[in-house]
Amino acid sequence: MNVEPLLKVENLVKHFHVRLGAFGERTATVHALDDVSLDIQHGETLSLVGESGCGKSTTGFTILNLHRASGGRVIYKGQDLTLLDDKHMRPFRRDLQIVFQDPYSTLNPRMTVGEAIGEPMLFHKLAAKTELNDKIAALLQDVGLPSRFASRYPHELSGGQRQRVVIARALACQPKFIVCDEAISALDVSIQAQIINLLLDLQEKYGLTYLFIAHDLAVVRHISTRVGVMYLGRLAELAPRDALFEAPLHPYTKALLSAVPEADPVRERNRKRQILEGDVPSPLNPPTGCRFHTRCPIAADICAKVVPEWKAARPGHLVACHAVNSSSA
Amino acid sequence: MTAQNTRERLLDVKGLSVEIDGRGGRAVVVDGIDLHVTRGETLGVVGESGCGKSLTMLSLMRLLPNKIKVTKGSADFDGQDLQKMSARALRKVRGGDIGFVFQDPMTSLNPVMKVGDQICEPLLYHRGMSRQDARKRAVELLRLVGIPGPEERLNAYPHELSGGMRQRVMIAIGLACDPKLLIADEPTTALDVTIQAQIVDLVKQLRAKLGMSVVWITHDLALIAGLADRVVVLYAGTVVEDAPVDALFANPSHPYTRGLLASIPTLSDAPAARLSSIGGTPPEPGRRPPGCPFAPRCPVAMDICRKEVPKLEPISSEGSHRAACFAAHKALKAA
Repeated sequence: MNVEPLLKVENLVKHFHVRLGAFGERTATVHALDDVSLDIQHGETLSLVGESGCGKSTTGFTILNLHRASGGRVIYKGQDLTLLDDKHMRPFRRDLQIVFQDPYSTLNPRMTVGEAIGEPMLFHKLAAKTELNDKIAALLQDVGLPSRFASRYPHELSGGQRQRVVIARALACQPKFIVCDEAISALDVSIQAQIINLLLDLQEKYGLTYLFIAHDLAVVRHISTRVGVMYLGRLAELAPRDALFEAPLHPYTKALLSAVPEADPVRERNRKRQILEGDVPSPLNPPTGCRFHTRCPIAADICAKVVPEWKAARPGHLVACHAVNSSSA
Repeated sequence: MTAQNTRERLLDVKGLSVEIDGRGGRAVVVDGIDLHVTRGETLGVVGESGCGKSLTMLSLMRLLPNKIKVTKGSADFDGQDLQKMSARALRKVRGGDIGFVFQDPMTSLNPVMKVGDQICEPLLYHRGMSRQDARKRAVELLRLVGIPGPEERLNAYPHELSGGMRQRVMIAIGLACDPKLLIADEPTTALDVTIQAQIVDLVKQLRAKLGMSVVWITHDLALIAGLADRVVVLYAGTVVEDAPVDALFANPSHPYTRGLLASIPTLSDAPAARLSSIGGTPPEPGRRPPGCPFAPRCPVAMDICRKEVPKLEPISSEGSHRAACFAAHKALKAA
């Protein structure tokens, strides 16, 4: 890919400092994100997957400068976003939007749907007051809601309808890039499919780029261009969708895929599942070397000592694993 | 139905209805549900939020909140009607012959009680064990559910354990008195897939070892495929389809089941551009349409569907596959 990416993430680090003990007398560092590098291409859907606490949401938040990065750079339009304060970040906010998981808590219960969608347009001076209602109606139509919904309050809507409103609000400032942080996880399957289709339609219509954060691998397989797998704050593997699902290289990716149940009783019965033992270790005190070595079925001595290099095993297929390096060398 | 068949039914729920008494009047949330579980069977109960799957199970144990009441129906468990039983007799069944595992182990465990004590509680109450024996049994149970270092874990508080570990503790409590029936309400929904795979594997092993029946409530059809012997699909407080697991996935007969199956993306198939989805949303309780509750969203709805409520009737010759759908009934008659 020679085209300049929309967004470049270089060695991004995010550490949270927490106080422990009953009186906060001890301090510790949560290694939420360590040395994450990735490019996000124009018009693609890059998905991040991994177990809870692996840092996939933190990546989204830190890219948008909603969390201040502890290290590394996020380059958008030649500007390192991590250096900007809130005021200087504002012009970029228009381009970079986010849709959160829970449509119940992300809408102000005292604002009508129309006010919620109109606010960003007024703030960024994208619409005059006179044309605001028309623009709100057009946005509602984009997300498949009738324009009379503009005068409703969030409590009058179902979960799926609310998520449509949240998407309309994100679209209001004509963004280039939307972080979908578990945007469909709280919805029922039949509604989930509607929202996935909506996101795909909007991407086509407006040329949007998505960073799609999810834990449902089947959904990710369905909508992604490329997929990144994270484990305990680090990227384990990043590859084009089909390569990742059909020929995964990292043992963690393999285990994760093996754990996903399939809607086919016959296949499920005959399937040999590789079950990972134990839990994800604490990010307060991540394992040395490869962070996965404590649960890895093929861990060798080197894995506990040396952090595996992030390198291309094949063109466009990046992986951080000692076992993969040695076999392809 | 022969007498033999009836005896094999460990749990037999007939015509169960549940209503909410709210400000807007009474709303029917569970409408005449029939379901049964035979001995040693795993029954999957599938449906979306608000379909009444959790309320049905809570009402069996008469654990409903104040404003929600069972208005009709019976629930036979091992020869006794749970709905008519005295409160005292029922307490002997809860946590004894019927074990429960709830969705959220963070709110269902007592945060200020050591997990060991929580596991011992049913043993002391139901089985009249001595403290010493109960603790020994608690260690066994923690080992059974795969918790490393069980002796030390007895003294841990819930907040000291991870989500997966807490769910294992919940399962250990559910299993403490060797229940004949384990009711698991979305026990893995809050967990990661890798931990979910561990728990599913564990429940399968335990069922084979202990010979208990399991009711597994979930919204995840893919999960139920590898777990259940038979599946009941709920929609808007009614059973729309009841079938052996293979028949349900090979030959889904209710349009709602078909819609659900079509709307989940799968990991193994090459992805299609668009997912097929069911238009509209489920009816709110109290605003159910006349006739079939699915008719407003149904792609094959006929006139009769908007007027009459279809009954749950066999749609296969041997009778094990049943659906509440006029179109499916018609197809059987035509065949």
